[in-house]
Amino acid sequence: MIAIINTGCANINSVRFAFERLGVTPEVITDPAQLAHFDRAILPGVGHAKVAMERLKQGGWQQAIAEYDKPLMGICLGMQLLCEHTDEGDVSCLGMIPGNVGLLEVGELTSPHMGWNNLCEVKTHPLTKGLSEQQQVYFVHSFAHTPNEATLAQGEYGNAFSAIVAQDNYAGMQFHPERSAKVGAQLLQNFIDWQLP
Amino acid sequence: MLSKRIIPCLDVKNGQVVKGVKFKGHEVVGDILELAQLYSEAGADELVFYEISASVEKRLLDVNWVNNIAKHIDIPFCVAGGIKSVADAAKVLEQGADKISINSPAIARPQLIKELHDEFGKQCVVVGIDSFYDENTGDYLVYQLTGDPNASSRTRYKTQQWVEMVQELGAGEIVLNCMNQDGVRKGYDNAQLSLIRRMCDIPLIASGGAGSMQDFADVFKQSQVDGALAASVFHKNIIDIGELKIYLNEQQVAVRLCN
Repeated sequence: MIAIINTGCANINSVRFAFERLGVTPEVITDPAQLAHFDRAILPGVGHAKVAMERLKQGGWQQAIAEYDKPLMGICLGMQLLCEHTDEGDVSCLGMIPGNVGLLEVGELTSPHMGWNNLCEVKTHPLTKGLSEQQQVYFVHSFAHTPNEATLAQGEYGNAFSAIVAQDNYAGMQFHPERSAKVGAQLLQNFIDWQLP
Repeated sequence: MLSKRIIPCLDVKNGQVVKGVKFKGHEVVGDILELAQLYSEAGADELVFYEISASVEKRLLDVNWVNNIAKHIDIPFCVAGGIKSVADAAKVLEQGADKISINSPAIARPQLIKELHDEFGKQCVVVGIDSFYDENTGDYLVYQLTGDPNASSRTRYKTQQWVEMVQELGAGEIVLNCMNQDGVRKGYDNAQLSLIRRMCDIPLIASGGAGSMQDFADVFKQSQVDGALAASVFHKNIIDIGELKIYLNEQQVAVRLCN
């Protein structure tokens, strides 16, 4: 069973429906005590990092997520919250994924980075199975994680940034797999199939 | 490289997709979900749904079809129609819409843009602008309530002035609908779009006038817009989205090729 952690953000239904299209019915949970009973979990997120991090702390999620030892994946802001620190609101995050999140320097390009862009520097990993570098996914963000040892795939918009990350049982996708057509469906299926060593 | 977006627009009235010419005389095109699925499978990058009668009838759009779209569609979509408050927007976003677009209610109360920005983030907030070119004065003028020819009227804003204002208030994207071109399929208004592009730091979507594949290539190359919205060329099968993507790719326009 997959849990979707309800942090009160608006896109929970989109994520839930995407799993339902794959034949899996996730459960939206609002109590951290429930988390340990699930095989996998998703931390969704849109909005402002400071507000979302505050909600996670107040809801008692920080410890529950840190103690969770099964696959847990953050999507978009959810991924950023799994990192160590974000410049958006200058807040400490959950620290499950090494590295920091900063404003994506886009130069002359329009911001936010919004739309379909391709993935590059894709590393072999159960989460990137079937993924080729020509394939595109849907991004909407203005902050991003700087590529490091946890980066499994990168995106490029003004600068290179991490598009997929993983560390131990924690993973993250900066784009929206639930809105990334067949490629996104494949990536969510990879998460469902991901077995920890 | 970030792809230029091809965005079919579905005008919704009484639960069905309709299409008018220059915003007048609507005819039924088909079922909402059927068309949405058809376009997303054909390679549309995003969908926009406008419940055109909502603002005119002073009510929020029907959120039931939004939920149904969210269940079945795996590309982003934006919804518009009578969203006048944070509470209205929350109802639409909770059903699974990725963005909400506001037009006439923002003109009535510009602060709405800031309230939506503060609550949901910039990326959710699209402002639609219906812009009319006055041949006599050479001015671009903002119109409102264009969903109904009897209610449609000129506002106090010139288009450039309104574009600046909505950016300052926190809009995340602008859809500029060039009313003189709407539904007549003679090409996008590149003069106007280029002008607005130069003063617009957020994504800009062209709307109104698509008639041929070349019109899409022209608007991306000449006006540097981020996306192009069209309705009748897709509804009437004049342009196939898959073929359009291949054509644009050959024209060196960055697009997402699906197959």
